[in-house]
Amino acid sequence: MSGNEVIAEVKNLRTYFHVPEGVVRAVDGVDLVIKPGRTLGVVGESGCGKSVTALSLMRLVPSPGRIEGGEIIYYQSVRETSASSLSDIIDITRLKPNSREIRAIRGNHISMVFQEPMAAMLPVRTVGSQIMEAITLHQNVSHQEARERAIEMLARVNLPNPDRIVDNYPFQLSGGMRQRAVIAMALSCNPHLLIADEPTTALDVTTEAQILDLMRKLQADYNMAIMFITHNLGVIAEMADEVAVMYLGKVVEQTDIRSIFINPLHPYTQALLRSIPQLDDVMTRSGERRQLHTIKGMVPDPYTVLKGCPFHPRCPHFMSEVCDQVVPEVIEAEPDHIVRCHLYAPSPEEAQTRKEAML
Amino acid sequence: MSKTTFLGKFFGHGEAVEAEVQHEEAFYRAGQWQLVWWKFKRHRLAQVSMAVLAVFYFVAIFAEFLSPHDPMRRFQGRLAHPPTAIHIRDTQGRFRAPFIYGTEQGRDPVTFRPIHVADPDSIHPIRLLVRGDPYRFWGLFPTDVHLFGTAGEDAMPIYILGTDSIGRDVLSRIFYGGRISLSIGLVGIAISFVLGLLLGGISGFFGGAIDDVIQRVIEVLTTLPQIPLWMALAAALPREWPQLRIYFATTLILSIFGWTGLARIVRGRLLSMREEDFVLAARLDGESEWTIIVRYMLPGFASYIIISLTGSLPGMILGETALSFLGIGLNPPTISWGVMLQQAQNIMNVAHFPWVLWPVPVVVIAVLMFNFVGDGLRDAADPYMS
Amino acid sequence: MLAYIIRRILRAFPQIILISILTFIIIQLPPGDLVTQQILNLQASGVEVSQQHAEMLMRQYGLDRPMHERYLLWIGNIVTRFDFGYSYAWQKPVAEVIMDRMGYTFAIALLSAILTWVVAIPVGIFVAVKQYSITDYFVTFMTFIGMAVPGFFLAMVIMYVALTRFGIRVGGLFSPEYMVQPWSWGKFLDLLSNLWLPVVLLGIGGTAGTIRTMRAMMLDELRKLYVTVARAKGLSETQILVRYPVRVAINPIISGLMWLLPWLFSGGLLVEIVLNLPTAGPALYSALLAQDMHMAGAYILIVGALTIVSAIFSDILLAVSDPRIRFGAVEGA
Repeated sequence: MSGNEVIAEVKNLRTYFHVPEGVVRAVDGVDLVIKPGRTLGVVGESGCGKSVTALSLMRLVPSPGRIEGGEIIYYQSVRETSASSLSDIIDITRLKPNSREIRAIRGNHISMVFQEPMAAMLPVRTVGSQIMEAITLHQNVSHQEARERAIEMLARVNLPNPDRIVDNYPFQLSGGMRQRAVIAMALSCNPHLLIADEPTTALDVTTEAQILDLMRKLQADYNMAIMFITHNLGVIAEMADEVAVMYLGKVVEQTDIRSIFINPLHPYTQALLRSIPQLDDVMTRSGERRQLHTIKGMVPDPYTVLKGCPFHPRCPHFMSEVCDQVVPEVIEAEPDHIVRCHLYAPSPEEAQTRKEAML
Repeated sequence: MSKTTFLGKFFGHGEAVEAEVQHEEAFYRAGQWQLVWWKFKRHRLAQVSMAVLAVFYFVAIFAEFLSPHDPMRRFQGRLAHPPTAIHIRDTQGRFRAPFIYGTEQGRDPVTFRPIHVADPDSIHPIRLLVRGDPYRFWGLFPTDVHLFGTAGEDAMPIYILGTDSIGRDVLSRIFYGGRISLSIGLVGIAISFVLGLLLGGISGFFGGAIDDVIQRVIEVLTTLPQIPLWMALAAALPREWPQLRIYFATTLILSIFGWTGLARIVRGRLLSMREEDFVLAARLDGESEWTIIVRYMLPGFASYIIISLTGSLPGMILGETALSFLGIGLNPPTISWGVMLQQAQNIMNVAHFPWVLWPVPVVVIAVLMFNFVGDGLRDAADPYMS
Repeated sequence: MLAYIIRRILRAFPQIILISILTFIIIQLPPGDLVTQQILNLQASGVEVSQQHAEMLMRQYGLDRPMHERYLLWIGNIVTRFDFGYSYAWQKPVAEVIMDRMGYTFAIALLSAILTWVVAIPVGIFVAVKQYSITDYFVTFMTFIGMAVPGFFLAMVIMYVALTRFGIRVGGLFSPEYMVQPWSWGKFLDLLSNLWLPVVLLGIGGTAGTIRTMRAMMLDELRKLYVTVARAKGLSETQILVRYPVRVAINPIISGLMWLLPWLFSGGLLVEIVLNLPTAGPALYSALLAQDMHMAGAYILIVGALTIVSAIFSDILLAVSDPRIRFGAVEGA
């Protein structure tokens, strides 16, 4: 690694889906910073745009989705294995989709692991051939070397008998084994950044813990950055160094892992944390069950654009005439702790003047 | 989000929220058939096709009244008459109500073949509801009123699509032929339906050796070439049989392949449904096996049945056309589109009076329409679509 | 794998026996039997047939024996001596009439099948990739037309157009000058110049159907996660297509080998008759017009057997292409 503090930076990213019913603003002005050797957790309910952000990073947004604006800066460090002629700083949003340049980044510099291990591999080709494919594509190695590397990778992800599994078909592996194989595939070219999109959601709890352990270990081995996407705050607590909370295409709060759990600022984050079931919370002393906390209301219709703060219809601290009128700015409420909420605006008067300025 | 998108597509967003709520309520309350129908209505092409087919069947049902002539009548001296052009302007350039010119038989100066020459002085207006060849409507009411034609004893008869080699009106024959050609598919799927339900039911219900035998027979039938087998069976029909019996025998022959797909579906569904909780519940309620099948299990896969049957309909129509065209199976005096095409077997006939090929586009359109409807139904009834 | 192949071949035997029984039943269908027909024919042509002669004929054909013995005799003759019986319509043994002709019929069917795959598979893939484009709508519409217009309809229209517009009589497999000549390079070229029309006519329906299957399969597969995963690996779009969705989408086409053959023989029969080719179809047709069922029996039996063989072939190919089938069979689900 060169002395770069930052490996990738997402600035004001906007990815929209143009469907007959209207425009879905799946990602609407997202800023993220990803640092080498660190894990950035991205949390939010389904439909908040966290997966689309991840896909945007690799230019994999499916049609009819399109990156409408913003930048994704990738700070490439010099690496011996890379044969590409990329410059050091690349704006990924400016690359043509499926161009040679973006393909040289995919799987090589940035890799991705998806939610469904059962569907991530083609059933009719061997696990080995699907791993070797990435290796031979990005590295100048022979078939035999690629095969050895694939077996080595399978061993690294703690799969038993890797020299046998390399010739197995995906349907011959269990879900947990398959996710290990998928991770081996993603890591086969030593990526600088691994995007993990709910990699353990489809697995049972024991397997989940094993996979998370494995990912932490591999991260330490390779000093790679991980962007870990999940809706599960428990998993975030285990994995992430920093957390970005997303709601309706926007990052509403971003800070380090301790602050988010100890001192959550955004009402949405607070509500999310309250909705985690806890033992003493679920059971009262008398043994009767208490109701779980839920966030009132539902994620609104994706086609409508809400005025003001997108969370205002569900917010317990809703301030009429402010929250439903003015889009909250990013506020650094505490050092390294940013939040998008009017509650933390310097003063209510200023919020008021902003509103008047807009009208 | 996929569910929201689906609903959004379904009802078209942007309507008032209340209407939406009602819609969604209706959506969850709707029965299987309503859902299928709603989806089907979104399939534009299938709907248009349905309308075209409705017109086809309408014409076939009211063929006596709609056709200008008796389909059996041979017009002496007007053999292989070309289609009579309909004019609205006479030779002096005056506009008048639609009319046709009378024709005289002449000889081609080069080939000496008989031809029909239009006589510009003989003008015959086309009238609605004219008296023509007598017929019995649906074999019941004697009358001689036709929807359109030329009036009077000496009037030039109208041949919209010409006449065939022995002077019969092609249009009238196409109208009447629809009765056989369009009904044979329906009767065929009715037979296929009974056979498929029965044999598939037996297969799935009893299992064991009977199931084995039926499954092997189905396997073998799918490996046999359809048309040669149809031909062989149709050729074996005794020639002296009456028309009606030949018709039903032909339908039966055409159904020989149609039932296999249905039987497979019925068997498969029966086998899988036997394990379902609601069947067990019904059994615990003391319902008889028959009631369980008919009341509880059948409605569950009625849509599959319909799709499978619509799918085999075009094949039957084409099969009838092919067999009759070859003169195996249906034969004159029966009128069907295939029988009409027997005249096209001789290429010289086609070269000199190509209008005997008219049943070709008619059959193609009918088959195309059935394919579109089948496709629309399949899309609409597919439970895995959303 | 070997066990799978052996099991698959063993499963074919009862099928072939069942087909032969069905065929035998068809042969027995028409009222009156072969001998009675022949006697009637002989009498019609003025020959006195004595009771002795008739009985001799009956014995010759085994008509005095019970049904199952006659079946065994019939199938025995086919298996041991390749004797499919005697066609009184052709006044020749069936095998003699049908064998050469079957060769042409088979060649046409095979060429049509190849044409079908060569055209339909790439087109199907292309329109799936370009879903909702003008090309997609156009091709989809054309496939509907292609499936609704049987080859023999097109044959009639083409013959009509060729005759009236260009004065050419389409039909047959050889030009008159080569008809009776022995085989030569020129005759072969002449055959090819006449062969393409039935091959194309026959291929249209199958091509339309295969395009539809391929398109639907590809659309299903293109939505699968493994395509995105492959893209995330950095593969190019072409590499992804060939190495991933096509590998799965091709499977129904491989298993379709089985139905394609009887289908081509069916459609081919009518095209052959309309184009009046010296193939098995028209021979069968003229025999059937005289209710000569032995010819039909031979035709159905041969095509049925060929289909079963091709079904074995396609199942083996499928097992090679799809390991799930291979291992499913071994592990015995």
